Amino acid sequence: MSLDTEAVRKIAHLARLGVEESENELYARNLSDILSFVEQLNAVDTQGIAPMAHPLDASQRLRADEVSETDRHEQFQRIAPKVEAGLYLVPKVIE
Amino acid sequence: MYQKTIAELAAGLRAGEFSSEELTQSYLDRIRKHDEKLNSVLTLTASVALEAAKAADKRLKNGDATILTGIPYLHKDIFCTQGVRTSCGSRMLDNFEAPYDATVTAQLKDAGAVMLGKTNMDEFAMGSSNETSFYGPVKNPWDLERVPGGSSGGSAAAVAARLAPLATGTDTGGSIRQPAALCGITGIKPTYGRVSRFGMIAFASSLDQGGAFATCAEDAAHMLEAMSGFDWRDSTSIDRPVDHYAAGLAEDLSGLSIGLPREYFGEGLDAQVGAAVEAAIEEYRQLGAEVKEISLPNASLAVPAYYVVSPAECSSNLSRMDGVRFGYRCDNPRDLEDLYTRSRGEGFGAEVKRRIMVGTYALSAGYYDAYYLKAQQVRRMIRDDFVTAFEEVDIIMGPTAPTTAFKLGEKADDPVTMYLSDTYTIAVNLAGLPAMSVPAGMAEGLPVGLQLVGNYFDEGRLLNAAHRFQQVTDWHTRMPAGFE
Repeated sequence: MSLDTEAVRKIAHLARLGVEESENELYARNLSDILSFVEQLNAVDTQGIAPMAHPLDASQRLRADEVSETDRHEQFQRIAPKVEAGLYLVPKVIE
Repeated sequence: MYQKTIAELAAGLRAGEFSSEELTQSYLDRIRKHDEKLNSVLTLTASVALEAAKAADKRLKNGDATILTGIPYLHKDIFCTQGVRTSCGSRMLDNFEAPYDATVTAQLKDAGAVMLGKTNMDEFAMGSSNETSFYGPVKNPWDLERVPGGSSGGSAAAVAARLAPLATGTDTGGSIRQPAALCGITGIKPTYGRVSRFGMIAFASSLDQGGAFATCAEDAAHMLEAMSGFDWRDSTSIDRPVDHYAAGLAEDLSGLSIGLPREYFGEGLDAQVGAAVEAAIEEYRQLGAEVKEISLPNASLAVPAYYVVSPAECSSNLSRMDGVRFGYRCDNPRDLEDLYTRSRGEGFGAEVKRRIMVGTYALSAGYYDAYYLKAQQVRRMIRDDFVTAFEEVDIIMGPTAPTTAFKLGEKADDPVTMYLSDTYTIAVNLAGLPAMSVPAGMAEGLPVGLQLVGNYFDEGRLLNAAHRFQQVTDWHTRMPAGFE
């Protein structure tokens, strides 16, 4: 698998990841190397094998629907970049 | 004091030979004196440590102390610590002070252990050399021009230089065992689900597992026991009592069945590393173990399967770093998209970006089946190889890493070559098994690690086998020159 700089731009956009134009070529080469390397999996016959999500095949544990944590939003928001009146601030989304 | 075991330190504290405050101060002094060479500690928490030591001294007097009460340790900077920065080796979290303690942090606090500081690591635990840290690489104390391994490089280098008797680590693809091997110390990664992941910043959630570094297996047993246990806050934590690992350390090894996977002794293994591992296996024969060759037929697929599964999970986990709720935010964002894109672009380093992009690609529309699903199928084949092998043998042994510590910069520009340095450790994470690395020899002045892999929840047997080996060898007592 070989990715070009346009593919890198597209992937970076999907991941909302700023990548400098000047770095696109290096990333294209690195990502192509990695994807070529993992492509050896394609040669493996995996027909009928169930994908493994958990080594002990455990499933998600359920708990009673009860309040278990107290409201600590002030403490959580103290570490946020921008907060006002209990709200996280971001640039204007709706004109 | 820095050459004593945990049991000896605990006895000294109880006999009043020294206080925890004195012990803690002596290690703080060692860090201040030696860490300039290593860069292993990102945040030294001297005043917090001395306060904790005073409290431990009180507890020791009151008689309600545990084996770890008053014992100093270093904490990998991936475990959240309320009131102390948790950077995860990233610019993204350079200013991050978690509003809560990780369960492991709380467990060690409850046990009375004294945190000396937080250790350097590869950014978000993505790396095998500690070179991806935003704070610069850690140096290997055996040779300052070489890497300590990664991602828990700071913890491993610090324990190797005796800057702390114990340290925490995390292991997603070898991040405890490989640096333990490269630094000549003992490291254990338990069964997936044994140690809580709550408050341990997630990289690849189905693979991440916390564990311990120490100079010897006996010390590691005490540390692991304190860190283990069920935690309702971690949805994959296993509800099962914790074994008393220290109690089984002295068990006789006669009749122990050891399997050597032929795939771990082939092409790519450095000859001197191979010879040291063979000599260690011979010690086990002398101890009464039966050794036989086994096969893990899908071993070569572990690294490629891992480099689909782990980037996929990382791309999802790291999406929470968006510049809105915590962590780094870029200056003057034009709009919301610019805020996300630039905060992440400026906050993450190159290796993290590569992995996020590989994961994003592997999970994107039209590619999911070909990459992620396929890798998860191969993962089951790899796991089943181990299940079959453990029907025949008790412990699987082999080299931890294919070479000794490599030079700084040697593999930094070639991701795939770097990934292959975890070729013997990665399958264990895919299978969720417990494993450890113990010092097993030297090659041209650099430590060699022996890897021991056990069946699910067989941590006790691994520690027992490592301890008996350490009673007849002295590799674990050697320390690098210049750190006296």
